[in-house]
Amino acid sequence: MKRKIPLLITFLVGVIIIISEFIPHKPFGQITGELENWYLIIAGFAIILGQLSLFKVNLFKIKHRQKNWQFFIITLLSFILMVSIGIFWGTENHPGIFGNGETISNTIGTKPFDYLFDNVYQNLQATMFSLLAFFIASAAYRAFIARTLESSLLLVAAILVMLGNTSLGSALTGWLPESLSFLHLPRISEFIMKYPTTAGQRAIMIGAAFGIIGSSLRIILGIERSYLGGE
Amino acid sequence: MKKTILMFFLFSASLLFSQDIFFEAVDNPNDDGTAIQLRWDASNISSTKMIIERKDDGGEAKLVQKIDKAEGEYMDGEDIKPGIEYVYSFSAWDENDQLIQKVESAVFAQAQWFNSEKISLLILALIITVAILYYIYHAKIGKELYIRKIAGLESIDESVGRATEMGRPILFIPGILDLDDMQTIAGLTILGKVALKAAEYDAEIIVPVCRSMVLSTAKEVVKEAYLKAGRPDAYNPDSVFYLTDDQFGYVAGVDGIIMREKPAANFLMGAFYAESLILAETGFASGAIQTAGTAMPSQLPFFVVACDYTLIGEELFAASAYLSKEPNQLGSLKGQDLGKALFVILLTIGIVLEISGVHFLKDFLMVY
Repeated sequence: MKRKIPLLITFLVGVIIIISEFIPHKPFGQITGELENWYLIIAGFAIILGQLSLFKVNLFKIKHRQKNWQFFIITLLSFILMVSIGIFWGTENHPGIFGNGETISNTIGTKPFDYLFDNVYQNLQATMFSLLAFFIASAAYRAFIARTLESSLLLVAAILVMLGNTSLGSALTGWLPESLSFLHLPRISEFIMKYPTTAGQRAIMIGAAFGIIGSSLRIILGIERSYLGGE
Repeated sequence: MKKTILMFFLFSASLLFSQDIFFEAVDNPNDDGTAIQLRWDASNISSTKMIIERKDDGGEAKLVQKIDKAEGEYMDGEDIKPGIEYVYSFSAWDENDQLIQKVESAVFAQAQWFNSEKISLLILALIITVAILYYIYHAKIGKELYIRKIAGLESIDESVGRATEMGRPILFIPGILDLDDMQTIAGLTILGKVALKAAEYDAEIIVPVCRSMVLSTAKEVVKEAYLKAGRPDAYNPDSVFYLTDDQFGYVAGVDGIIMREKPAANFLMGAFYAESLILAETGFASGAIQTAGTAMPSQLPFFVVACDYTLIGEELFAASAYLSKEPNQLGSLKGQDLGKALFVILLTIGIVLEISGVHFLKDFLMVY
């Protein structure tokens, strides 16, 4: 019974959603939107589970003085601080339980929550994102070693695309006459990005779409049950 | 009498043909009866002000739209209900604010029981569904099906074994999207298989997640895997934990775990965006054996470069069926392959027809 009811719900909801794709008439036309709203409500309550998990796991590590336990204190303090100031003085357009905190806002120029969001959180986020540039360089270095024919082709294509996207690419081939304009590096770069790359990506997308159809059918028909926690 | 009738008809006809404004209101097709299409052509008159008004079921007229183009279309979707008569009027004024002409058009909004624009989608979906069901049945009655080897999935045993031998944990990342994304569900089904192996080999598994819904599902999946392996005592509920919903906050958390815990095997299965390379490169730097899988075409090159094995697109969705070895599930993979073959044929025919200037196949398959 514990298994059968979720399987039955999955089947019914899956079939209704498929049908509603083709029937605009009420109630089918509205069902997908309604179910999405239900999902959002459940997801809203699930946030509490996530926060409890965060507290539980971090408190456990601090309590048992696990390796690097000091980091977990910072996590919890940051969490408590942001939640508290958000509740007390609100965010940009919403007042908190103590109002808008005018005194603090006049001193630091904005609400405390927004101040921390703009000056701490966004900078930390930008720092993490900017790491990507260095990782791209290190990954590209490994990818562009010409060991095989395929990796050599990749290297050549990458050089053409990179040169084509810089002013150097235009300068190198800009002198070519109009009749040989197809050899202009920006044009070659555009061609590679527009045709072979797009074709490859679309092939992957079509394959993935079939994968999604197959997986969905397996789940709707109850053949695939591992998402429920078992075979 | 005859003369009067004739005069009346001639007068009506002259009025009809003297209309310089074309205006019509029609029910928007293939919808739930909540929209009306309005079309007009007032290019034959010189007007400075044009408006469209609407009367709902004999009520007061209210403004729908002020018009600034002599010819055009407008979709009225405001408070339209099916089964009610709406009378639309198109009025044009000259520069002296004198009404030049007013044209009315009445319409009933109707809800349709079938969206005819999606007929091609329905046909293709039915063909693929029938193919999948056929091969599932085929597999059920015991016919052998050949499924090509997927290196990334074959390596799961190797990765878990390596982690066990080294006494280090296994890290599983189910992507950064929520449960409403199929890639996350596919990732969680693979988590079940990895957790089962980890339970059998007595290896530690760490599953940091960035969505609360994924947290509860992943916990259930790992718990059931330990139960299935006959080792419920070894299950640690804190092995699956929530970090943050924030994309780069999550990356920072996972990177920290990789550098501190030094997992021997990393699995990145699900939907990833810009964080894919940051995670994969950190894992590479830590020396872990890495298996990734995603259907995000823009992130696949990063995984191919930084990971030992990569499940590309459909392979991610095939993983659960492939690993289960169940005939039912393998049959569905075969059905998918038939769908792909059909698509290749359709694409080839479509390319030939388009080059030849015949567009009916493209028009038929197009879903607006």
